[in-house]
Amino acid sequence: MNAFHLLSELTVFVLAVFVGLEVISKVPATLHTPLMSATNAIHGIVLVGALLIAVVAEPKLGPVLSVLVVFLASLNVFGGYVVTQRMLAMFKPRQTPAQANAAADGAKK
Amino acid sequence: MPEVTDGSTAQLLIDFAYLVTGVCFIMGLRYMNTPKTARLGNSISILGMVIALVATGFNLDWSNAWWIALIGLGAGAAVGIYAARAVKMTAMPQMVAIFNGAGGGAAAMVASAEFLKQLGIDGNSVPIDVGITSVLTAIIGAISFTGSIIAFLKLQEVMTGRPIVYPGQQIVNALLALIAIAGLVLVALNVDTVPAFFTAIVAAAILGVLFVLPIGGADMPVIISLLNSFTGLAAALTGFALGNNVLIISGALVGASGTLLTLMMGKAMNRSVTNVLFGAFGAVKKTEGGPAEHTGSGVVRESSVDDVATMLAYARQVIVVPGYGMAVAQAQHSVRELADQLEKKGVEVKYAIHPVAGRMPGHMNVLLAEANVPYPALYDMDDINPEFPRTDVALIIGANDVTNPDARSSPSSPIYGMPILDVDKAQQVVVLKRSMKPGFAGIDNPLYELPNTSMLFGDAKSSIDKLVGAVKGL
Repeated sequence: MNAFHLLSELTVFVLAVFVGLEVISKVPATLHTPLMSATNAIHGIVLVGALLIAVVAEPKLGPVLSVLVVFLASLNVFGGYVVTQRMLAMFKPRQTPAQANAAADGAKK
Repeated sequence: MPEVTDGSTAQLLIDFAYLVTGVCFIMGLRYMNTPKTARLGNSISILGMVIALVATGFNLDWSNAWWIALIGLGAGAAVGIYAARAVKMTAMPQMVAIFNGAGGGAAAMVASAEFLKQLGIDGNSVPIDVGITSVLTAIIGAISFTGSIIAFLKLQEVMTGRPIVYPGQQIVNALLALIAIAGLVLVALNVDTVPAFFTAIVAAAILGVLFVLPIGGADMPVIISLLNSFTGLAAALTGFALGNNVLIISGALVGASGTLLTLMMGKAMNRSVTNVLFGAFGAVKKTEGGPAEHTGSGVVRESSVDDVATMLAYARQVIVVPGYGMAVAQAQHSVRELADQLEKKGVEVKYAIHPVAGRMPGHMNVLLAEANVPYPALYDMDDINPEFPRTDVALIIGANDVTNPDARSSPSSPIYGMPILDVDKAQQVVVLKRSMKPGFAGIDNPLYELPNTSMLFGDAKSSIDKLVGAVKGL
């Protein structure tokens, strides 16, 4: 890696921040909690990094900490996505009371 | 690890896969611009994650410590999925905090491993770019890790949700920050690199604990968002340290999201983020608030279930204003039932959601969605405020400070300037409240003494259940 490489990475970072601000500012307040848990899951991408440092001949952190780092990152990914999906499933458009009751009954089953 | 040299076909394909992942994440967030497409968005985001992981899998030599990945992934997936399915919606802030901490901790550890890998043969010098980015990742990741754990413990009420303050708090925090920065500088200068690196991490970890301690429960939406943006930043910095674009893009998106939400929450409380972090709200309140602030008539009108039921049933439009108190009383399902009964009688029911109504951004919306309240009935503060003058009854359930008219009119009030829901402009205001005890911040609410306000005392859930019965009987 050299200064040019670092600069091109910085370019990617800065542009991604702007895209992020643009996209996120369109998310309605109603979805802010699922948004947080979704972005939470997205930073679980650090799992890629965790695998890159753990699955090597001699993990620098030793076996125990390497398992821990993969564990933490996967907890983040799987938990984050599942809980987001669960929350988003709750958001329903307006429906007749009959439909609502049917949905509530379905949820109980 | 088989070093795939830069420029090889395999590396090109992997980098291309990472690009696809980045696009998936962006599209996924884009589709969250309406509840209708949000699930699709999340699925696209999941697809992106799968692509990145599969591509990474091809980059690894699995004859090495494959079992490390297997155990870590298996355990992480099992615990993560179990927790995500079992968690109650009221406990969502803690859950997000703990996942957040996990991500931050992982980023800090990945950066540490990369740092150790890049140490020269003398065991001291590292390339300057790797040194700086990895120590920064480790610092921010560690703050996020321990800070999130404290936030979790506070929200879970394992420890007190009240601000914990002690003399010299900010001096201690400043010293810790200085130590972390000194570590960064030493690593950059290649002086005592390894001890400097780990001293910086330890200082950051302690700082993470100490900076969340003085944060009170009502300020949690700001802190949760801030920690979210920290972890995003840490993930992006990990990308710099590893030279991995997908980490940079993803981390940047999360960092942007967390920052935006932090600012929004701060604005909704009319406080700067610095004020939240260093103000220790509770302590400030006690000195500023007090009987001298009292602006109302001192007379409150207590109402009965039957009176309120009649008032609601014969209204044209009712706006429900839920606060965290409603969630604590687990009254959201009863509230929806009441709304159903009222709608049967031709009453239009809307919900006014203040941005900081819950313990994290958008928390109240999720709680109501869980109770089958359709999302088109949920209104943001800016959209609903013009509606109040046209509203017959504003029904306030467990909300207090966000309805306090002093925030609009009384410059001496500690919450002066905070944007509020203009409930006092409705024809009638009904406040469901356990007792006349002041709210979380300990401020009197003159709303309760207005002539068009009536109070219905008691547990929110049992009051609403009684209202449901009374409305049915009309």
